[in-house]
Amino acid sequence: MELQRTNGDRLFSVFNYTFFALFTFLCVFPFYYLFIQTISGNDLSARGLVTWYPKDIHLTNYLEVLKIKGLSHAALVSVGRTVIGTILTVLGSAFLGFLFTKRRMWGRKFWYRFVVVTMYFNAGIIPWYIIMMNLHMTNNYLAYILPAIVSPFYVILIKTFVESLPDALQESAELDGAGIMTLFVRIVFPLILPIAATTAIFSAVAQWNSFIDTVFLMTEAKYHTLQYVLLKYLNESNSLASIIRSQGTSNVDLTNLQTPNSIRTTVSMFVVIPILLVYPFFQRFFVKGIMIGAVKG
Amino acid sequence: MKPVLNNNLPKSVAIKSGRISERYRLFLYASPLLLLVLLFSYLPLYGWVYAFFNVRPGFSLFSSEFVGLKWFRSLVSNPTQTAEVVRVMKNTMAMSTLGIVTSIFPVIFAILLTEIRSKRFKKWVQILTTLPNFISWVLVFSIAFMLLSVDSGIINKIMISLGIQDAGINYLASDSYIWLKMTLWSLWKGLGWGAILYIAAISSIDQELYDAAKVDGAGRFRLMWHITLPGVMPTYFVLLLLSIANFINNGLEQYYVFQNPINKNSIEVLDLYVYNIGLLGSNFSFATTVSMLKSLISIMLLFFANRLSKLVRGETII
Repeated sequence: MELQRTNGDRLFSVFNYTFFALFTFLCVFPFYYLFIQTISGNDLSARGLVTWYPKDIHLTNYLEVLKIKGLSHAALVSVGRTVIGTILTVLGSAFLGFLFTKRRMWGRKFWYRFVVVTMYFNAGIIPWYIIMMNLHMTNNYLAYILPAIVSPFYVILIKTFVESLPDALQESAELDGAGIMTLFVRIVFPLILPIAATTAIFSAVAQWNSFIDTVFLMTEAKYHTLQYVLLKYLNESNSLASIIRSQGTSNVDLTNLQTPNSIRTTVSMFVVIPILLVYPFFQRFFVKGIMIGAVKG
Repeated sequence: MKPVLNNNLPKSVAIKSGRISERYRLFLYASPLLLLVLLFSYLPLYGWVYAFFNVRPGFSLFSSEFVGLKWFRSLVSNPTQTAEVVRVMKNTMAMSTLGIVTSIFPVIFAILLTEIRSKRFKKWVQILTTLPNFISWVLVFSIAFMLLSVDSGIINKIMISLGIQDAGINYLASDSYIWLKMTLWSLWKGLGWGAILYIAAISSIDQELYDAAKVDGAGRFRLMWHITLPGVMPTYFVLLLLSIANFINNGLEQYYVFQNPINKNSIEVLDLYVYNIGLLGSNFSFATTVSMLKSLISIMLLFFANRLSKLVRGETII
């Protein structure tokens, strides 16, 4: 049944479409603006002459910036923590969630609460930092991986999901003499793949975007992530100036010499590209993903 | 689970009987993962003892002087420290309040978006407005840096060409309207994402309600007001309670990246303040004291919100 269209209705529609068009523009334009800065002539973008469309298009920034000492290493650190961290988080949280569905587990309820409660309280950042120091987690790559392995959100999500599966599947395998490991790897994990994929994507984004742990724990440059290096470039114009000085005169194309501006924007692009690449694939997980924030322990 | 917990059987029985040993085997499989939780979530509670010592950087806890409640007392008796904490609490509460006030925006966003008839437009709006949620605060800051840059940023260019200002203004190195600016940035980042939950809630409203109301002659706005809005309110209420529970927990990342010596006074929220005095100022013990009090108050707020939820909805939130 179609509603009758009144004038107020039409006005409302116009307002509505305009509002969403504007807000969407606000959300997208910064990314576009960032991109056109990196491919426009560096002297033009440094003077603020690139606003709506790229000018003097060139792609040398993407090659030149990668040559900056330590930057490709930082990218490697970021990729490493994202890949290793995500795999271990998914496996660890899924396995624990699966174990919590086993009623025979000793102290199951207690241990389940033990994990879930950590969602609602934390000791505070300084006590956490003190303990991380005592656990030798400063300047240690494991600090990126280990604390993330058990995520209470994911554990709850997977436990609930496994509980919704028919018992018969596991029972028949158990009758055939399958142990816990076999049961998890062969029977349960393939079945929870959709939810595991959701947790994988959210954990990957979280790992890639994380920087405050680097701020707290990593003083040595070899543990610095791309996010952290970008933050440093934004805050310390000195470190950028020295990079630019060191690029020497070998660069023939004088108009596209690196500027603080070009380095910042290009590194930003390196930080955002992976997100943009996986984005089309993971927006179908959105509703499941927000469930992660809404599930009840 | 009771019989499992007060299981006093001797160990030999546990080994002989397959059923009981499976209990422990299951636990053993879980134990490395539980150990991680213990280490990274529970052990930090032990860090609280630093609040009762005078720990200096480079010294261990054992070589430090026990000072009892000195740091707690200095919170109220030392005027400079009290003033600092009051300032920080003001920032924290102001920005949390603004966060709570603006938490109705995702609801409005969702209701308005479901009123859009073009499916395609709706889909694209949803996809594109959710994007900022998935970038880091560092990148948000980078974007702010770029857009607001004094000599090359688009905002200054526009302002100058519109004649609103004569010369470039360094918006980031400014102390004015910081609370509002921070709220706007978190809205930019989170509005589209925040709306998704409500959009899901709206799509689960019984279509018959709408049809019945239409038969009774209700127009579009009455449908929105009398059916859609009440339909999302339970969801909104739960999230509202959670934000009350997180009232002093407004995080660190956003304020950390946006802070600079000029806006520090009005941007420092509790977590940032604790970081600044603890890690940069090296006053571990006092920072631990504030950190610890914050955690305790958070827990109390959570219980309060939970109780409130039980009273109002008859259901707890945790």
